[in-house]
Amino acid sequence: MELYTLLRQFADSWMLLFLFTFFIGVVIWAFRPGSTKAYKDTANIPFRHDDAPAPAAGADTPAETKEARA
Amino acid sequence: MSNYIKLIALGLITLFAMIGANYARDLAYQVHAIIVMIVAGGLFLYTLRRTDEPKAAVAGLENEYFDSVIRAGTIATAFWGVVGFLAGTFIAFQLAFPALNFEWAEGLANFGRLRPLHTSAVIFAFGGNALIATSFYVVQRTSAARLWGGNLAWFVFWGYQLFIVLAATGYLFGSTQSKEYAEPEWHVDLWLTIVWVAYLAVFLGTIIKRKEPHIYVANWFYLSFIVTVAMLHLINNMTIPVSIWGSKSVIVWPGVQDAMIQWWYGHNAVGFFLTAGFLGMMYYFIPKQAERPVFSYKLSIIHFWALIFLYIWAGPHHLHYTALPDWASTLGMVMSVILWMPSWGGMINGLMTLSGAWDKLRTDPVIRMMVISLGFYGMSTFEGPMMSIRAVNSLSHYTDWTIGHVHSGALGWNGMITFGALYYLVPALWKRESLYSLRLVSWHFWLATLGIILYAASMWVTGIMEGLMWREVDANGFLVNSFADTVAAKFPMYVVRGLGGVMFLAGSIIMCYNLWMTVRKAPAKEASLTVQVPAE
Repeated sequence: MELYTLLRQFADSWMLLFLFTFFIGVVIWAFRPGSTKAYKDTANIPFRHDDAPAPAAGADTPAETKEARA
Repeated sequence: MSNYIKLIALGLITLFAMIGANYARDLAYQVHAIIVMIVAGGLFLYTLRRTDEPKAAVAGLENEYFDSVIRAGTIATAFWGVVGFLAGTFIAFQLAFPALNFEWAEGLANFGRLRPLHTSAVIFAFGGNALIATSFYVVQRTSAARLWGGNLAWFVFWGYQLFIVLAATGYLFGSTQSKEYAEPEWHVDLWLTIVWVAYLAVFLGTIIKRKEPHIYVANWFYLSFIVTVAMLHLINNMTIPVSIWGSKSVIVWPGVQDAMIQWWYGHNAVGFFLTAGFLGMMYYFIPKQAERPVFSYKLSIIHFWALIFLYIWAGPHHLHYTALPDWASTLGMVMSVILWMPSWGGMINGLMTLSGAWDKLRTDPVIRMMVISLGFYGMSTFEGPMMSIRAVNSLSHYTDWTIGHVHSGALGWNGMITFGALYYLVPALWKRESLYSLRLVSWHFWLATLGIILYAASMWVTGIMEGLMWREVDANGFLVNSFADTVAAKFPMYVVRGLGGVMFLAGSIIMCYNLWMTVRKAPAKEASLTVQVPAE
């Protein structure tokens, strides 16, 4: 089989199936139980370390960690 | 030790550039060789003067963010923005008044030479610097870690400026591979590849050493932008130079494959450079300016994957009614229409972030700028899928409608979100209490918005008129209008478009003044920002 036909057939069968399943998987993953709680924390990342990086492991947590909208 | 290696490398590059300047087969290559010679030679002297000198102790840097390179990036963004808008406004008037293609500047500053200068200046110089600067800012803040790689970030910044200068001078002196948005020739492409790999290393290195367990969504968008642009750049620039002493190169892809790869590149430059990268900006700066987290984090994850999966297929809609096989152009059209969904999903996610804080629109012109950028994003991501439909495309393709569409996206979405980010970044980076003047931000907002409206509206009118005139036939089936008839009919709209450009440019100059005065005059921010370095 010539390369073009081979790639073409692979692309519109197995690859298509793989990409589609992967995408559905992502959607299911986003709505997994407990995700709401986890994402609330994640969504607040921009509000945590405005002025300086997090201190190295073992050091005290910095005084300021402001969270927006609870 | 490392300085000795640097000196050897810089010396060799300088020597090579000198030989290149001598043997150059064309003017553009010669100019590039001289620029490289001066830069490498200057760096050689700079490094030499610092070799074997005692080093200043650099301790405790890990407790600070690497912001100096971002400050430089914001200045470069504003500067190249004005340059790009100025070039655009000038070529708009060149189209309206052809006399502006001056006789004495023929082959240097006529429309054909300045047009790629304008597109590259706004997309790659203005947009690219904005993306690099904001991505460095965002990845540090959301990873709670200093940029990886030390001065590599400075290499990325200056290396990228050198790329811009080489590309721009190349266009003026006639070095181009005539691929839209990928005009630079092989030697400039090679340089960009090196810079881009360094950029990826800095960004990814910072993500890998992050202190936050989760990678914030903005970084996903930035990373996809960096990786995809690398892939597009490499594949679309697979060329064999005719000589290492000349600009000219030949692409390895044949005929229609080359066209398809060019528009796979071209549309994904829109999709990943101008969309994914700028969405990264949106997902950080809108929550920060609104002081509330993004509306739905779940939606942002789905938005990301849907956008990534769909955009990559949309390229063939640039090649309707060409030698491209029908199935490919249908695929591109269908994917473009589906793409409407994730685009609007992202827009809704950004807009709804303001829910409960809509009053800020009245009081904060910066948030107004960010919101109108999402408005334009929504408008142009609706217009785009519509224009990709084959029947609509038969009217719109090759007309000014396309130009109007591109500018409502580029000026409205990319421009406005970048202005918003700059208005956020400058006080933050120079540690100022606030901006110098909110009134001036309002002026900028209205000038830019009205400018875009003049631009887009005149291009709709002239585009549709042009398309209809081209296809008009008389009772015997003969075409009614000659090409010159359509050009003559477009004159008033071209003047209106030029005026829109003047307004947009004026707004950006006001912004530069405002940002400059913010750094010089606005009161410094107190206490909380005199960096409390925790005692180790």
